[in-house]
Amino acid sequence: MTGKLNSNLRKFKSLIMTLFSIVCALVVIVPLFIILFYTLKQGVSSISWSFFTEMPKPAGELGGGMANALMGTAILIGLGSLIGIPVGLFSGIYLSEGNSSLFARSVRFLTEVLNGIPSIVIGVVAYILIVIPMRRFSALAGGFALGILMIPLITRTTEEMLRLVPESYREGALALGAPRWKATLFVVLPAAFKGIFTGILLSIARAAGETAPLLFTALGNRFWSTRLDEPIASLTVFIYDYSRAPFEDWNRQAWAAALVLILLVTLINVTFRIFTREKTP
Amino acid sequence: MDIKNRDRDLALGQSRTSLFSIKSMYNTLRRMAGSFFSGKNFGDLVFENLTRSFAFFLLVLVVIMGYQMLTQSMPSIERFGWGFITSDTWDPVQEKFGALPFIFGTLFSSLLALLISVTLSIGTAIFLSEFAPPWLEKIISMMVELLAAIPSIVYGLFGIFVLAPFLRDSAEPWLSGHFAFIPIFDGAPYGFGMIAAVLILTIMILPIITSISRDIMKSIPQAQREAAFALGATKWEVVTIVLSGERSGILGAALLGLGRAVGETMAVTMVIGNRPEISFALFDPGYTMASVLANEFSEATSQLYTSALIEIALLLFIMTFLLNAVARLVVWSVTRKYSKV
Repeated sequence: MTGKLNSNLRKFKSLIMTLFSIVCALVVIVPLFIILFYTLKQGVSSISWSFFTEMPKPAGELGGGMANALMGTAILIGLGSLIGIPVGLFSGIYLSEGNSSLFARSVRFLTEVLNGIPSIVIGVVAYILIVIPMRRFSALAGGFALGILMIPLITRTTEEMLRLVPESYREGALALGAPRWKATLFVVLPAAFKGIFTGILLSIARAAGETAPLLFTALGNRFWSTRLDEPIASLTVFIYDYSRAPFEDWNRQAWAAALVLILLVTLINVTFRIFTREKTP
Repeated sequence: MDIKNRDRDLALGQSRTSLFSIKSMYNTLRRMAGSFFSGKNFGDLVFENLTRSFAFFLLVLVVIMGYQMLTQSMPSIERFGWGFITSDTWDPVQEKFGALPFIFGTLFSSLLALLISVTLSIGTAIFLSEFAPPWLEKIISMMVELLAAIPSIVYGLFGIFVLAPFLRDSAEPWLSGHFAFIPIFDGAPYGFGMIAAVLILTIMILPIITSISRDIMKSIPQAQREAAFALGATKWEVVTIVLSGERSGILGAALLGLGRAVGETMAVTMVIGNRPEISFALFDPGYTMASVLANEFSEATSQLYTSALIEIALLLFIMTFLLNAVARLVVWSVTRKYSKV
């Protein structure tokens, strides 16, 4: 009797805890929908063609767009890529070449740690290294900060993707008489290209969404500027400034810019998922 | 240098890339000598050293970051010493700088957020790794990763226009009406304050803790579960058995989440209220280390002011560095335990 009761009690407890884990999973994904819903609701109603092509209007005037911020973000990402892609790609290749030396392991470790350093701290470093010597805020400093932020993600995806390529590819190339570096660059790397490429896109999406490291490096600019040694506008700083402004029209534009940002990020993430799923066994 | 010379230098294995350290230079020379006899390809040498120098750059970068922040914060360190982290006066006009309110705000908001999100994350990870059918697991995992991909600034925007008004009009009056006996539910229901920051942080660190806990649980061999089932354990008892072996892994995941929360800037700055006061009341405004950098760095007028702010950045760097280092080691040691078998 007691054995039966006890067993029922245990089954009941198991059921309750299973339900608890389901509730947890629900609670975790609900915020995603709430945030996406609000961004869509507020963003769609205020987005228009002129939003992409026009310049910001002075405070108090309705309308205007964020053409300069789009251009600025593109320039900043371009600059960041110049640093982030080569460093990330080559260190990823180095780490994947079957290296388990102390040096390789410590680089791998530091890459992970660098990934966890707050972006605002990276901004402070860019300020010290570039803004102080140049004596002014500039697109260059912003791009440098974004570049450093891109490195860990690119390094890690490059290493992971290269490791997924079957060893027989390399062996085949080596058997045909190719030196190791040719086997790596022209056989193994192309085989992993799709994964690495989307990894780079992913890091670009992340850089495009960064605000904190730009606040005191690229600063922001209400005018059209493509000069690298001048402050430059960006989508995220635009959202930050407009969200705190006491004008309803500006708040509306902040939501529109957030929608653009979210669409960009979601698109790239889903692409990454689809590409990498094919690769993994 | 004439062209002939340069070509020779290049052919001799990229002396430029190994300038960084004497040891790697020595190794290069030794390997070059070795390759001369063993017939190892020169191209391999160039390529290996090229890629290694980029990896070396990563290492140098982290050292430079720490060193630069240390030298730049020297004026503040010399002036205030330990008083910098024990004093609670932050007065730029009088040039008195104590970072305690920011340190408190950072730790208080992050630890509370961690407390909530660890519970939710472990529950979700259990669901994903033990109960969910594969198709559902894939969908939910994808959603969790999307949650991680949403930029901080969008969370902040959501906080300003949706969360804060909701807290001010509904949640805070209700909480202070029904739960006033709990001391932390206190303060003026203003919307912007500690509780808003905690909620936003909770959502933001959910993905990282969830996905790492899930990976750890999935790395445990199926045989362990089968053994427990064979002994007559219920589904939940199997889960607790599986979990009990992995406490350290979950701890690692939680530390990584804490590292994220400590460094989170934009979303927190936009909702926390930005007032440097130490208060345990959840509805009161607070301030964090990252937020004070975001708000005051570009406006710092004096050298000492900038230096004090850089010292805060240095403290933040040290904190997150340690958190991430410990967490990574723990997580690696756990996942490696099973992948080696």
